[in-house]
Amino acid sequence: MLHEWISPQDLAALWLTLKLAAVTTVVLLILGTPLALWLARTQSRFKLAVESVVALPLVLPPTVIGFYILILLGSQGPIQALGGPSLAFTFTGLVIGSVIYSLPFVVQPLQNAFAGIGAGALEAAACLRAGPWDRFVTVVIPLARRGFLTAITLGFAHTVGEFGVVLMIGGNIPGETQVVSIAIYDHVEAVDYASAHVLSGLLLALSFLMLLTLYTINGRIRMVMP
Amino acid sequence: MTIELRLRLERPGFRLTVDTQIPARGVTAVFGRSGCGKTTLLRCVAGLEPSARGRLVVNGEIWQDETRFIPAHRRPLGYVFQEGQLFPHLSVEGNLRYGYRRIPADDRVVQPGDVARLLGLEALLHRRVTEISGGQRQRVAMGRALLTSPRVLLMDEPLAALDAISKAEILPYLERAHDELSIPVLYVSHAIDEVTRLADHMLLMEDGVIRAEGPLRELITRGDLPLAHTAGAAAVIEARVTGHDDRHHLTELEFEGGSLVISRANLERSDRVRVRIMARDVAINLTRPLDSSVLNCLQVRVLDVSDDPHPGHVLVRLAAGDAILLARITRRSLEHLALEPGADVYALVKSVAIT
Repeated sequence: MLHEWISPQDLAALWLTLKLAAVTTVVLLILGTPLALWLARTQSRFKLAVESVVALPLVLPPTVIGFYILILLGSQGPIQALGGPSLAFTFTGLVIGSVIYSLPFVVQPLQNAFAGIGAGALEAAACLRAGPWDRFVTVVIPLARRGFLTAITLGFAHTVGEFGVVLMIGGNIPGETQVVSIAIYDHVEAVDYASAHVLSGLLLALSFLMLLTLYTINGRIRMVMP
Repeated sequence: MTIELRLRLERPGFRLTVDTQIPARGVTAVFGRSGCGKTTLLRCVAGLEPSARGRLVVNGEIWQDETRFIPAHRRPLGYVFQEGQLFPHLSVEGNLRYGYRRIPADDRVVQPGDVARLLGLEALLHRRVTEISGGQRQRVAMGRALLTSPRVLLMDEPLAALDAISKAEILPYLERAHDELSIPVLYVSHAIDEVTRLADHMLLMEDGVIRAEGPLRELITRGDLPLAHTAGAAAVIEARVTGHDDRHHLTELEFEGGSLVISRANLERSDRVRVRIMARDVAINLTRPLDSSVLNCLQVRVLDVSDDPHPGHVLVRLAAGDAILLARITRRSLEHLALEPGADVYALVKSVAIT
């Protein structure tokens, strides 16, 4: 039944998009959490410079980001020069590009959440015998859970909606690097509006549902924990 | 059992230099104006100021010296913050058990049930900490700290953020906790009435240094220190209940310098009680007055006389046995009675208050 609506190639693009968004979100949480913690606590003079770099993907055209990442990952790029593999036009390359592209959407909500916790709660935990990791797990994460939810949802949704960066570094290899947004572009170019409608509608519904879930859960947290 | 404090800390526009030993028993008040460094000193003891240098030894255990700095979470102390700093994502019980769960079972001298009873928290255990009153929150903060069975309890103005009613509500719990658990307490405060009520020992701080240190009843009556010259200057006396005069609704007390009567108090015979006698409520007579309405008359000896801020007043220190009383009298009376150190006189005490 599904095959009447959606071609195997589009289904592969959809699956790849979700996989890319999931992997990117996980990588971003792992890298973005310590970065956001540092930004929320530091008094270093490099703080503003780092914050600006993190925010760059918000203002740069995705093609510019994609272009530089392509140079970085491509056959004459520094990674290959250092003996690394060529990552352009691979899934790994897409993940690297997406991590950079969605970085501010994860780091900024986390940074705001961490900054809102304040030193007092952490000092209280330290005086109750909680070590640094213990404090992070039992105080920082629960108190920053709205920030984490926002970061996860925005990081995921923003990666799903990615177009320019992926086009630059991933090309358009069906089943390997072709994501939904590019598949839609192809369908429209080929005047296959029916397929474009199906994919666009799916993306619209998915994004709406993710945001609705986020706002519902965060609203509940706010109600019980002002 | 002592706490050895040799600490230095520098911040722009502020320097803390402390070098003293205090007894690790009873309640030691760290007293001084806002900004004198008393909270910073407490934070140094807790290990919350990594830039502090020096040496800190608690009951023979080195918490900090030139080569070592035990981090806060490895120091066996309890810390009660001014604003409580309860965890909003945990219930009252979750907060109480947070530290308790983190110490080895063998070290758990203080039990959750006892703390809940002692601090009147039984009915609140399942409440959220955002739903309870300010006084209740501070009681939870105290209980949470006590449940780590600390070697020393640090309290940073635990009552400062509370209104008068909440303060009055929490003080008896605090006293009960001190009496029953006998954990040494460092109590930071700028409120002299709290200090005279709770403390045995006192560190008087000024501009980042310790101006004076000693037993509370000595420090608050010393003529060379500012406390004895404030409007609320008072002496504190530890007394024992000897009986009641039910017909006149009075309670009789005895201390090493004589006996006192107070309004009928809900106390048992031989209960220990701490009373406060304000300097302005003490008059001096050369002979024992036989026709006075004042009931409390103590035979005392003049120790010394010092100037008071008001040029018309002087402050007379009087010895009643080992206890010290303060009397604020006019300069004219001083000359009229020709009071000299060593003179035997009578102190008429118009009002005695249980602290």
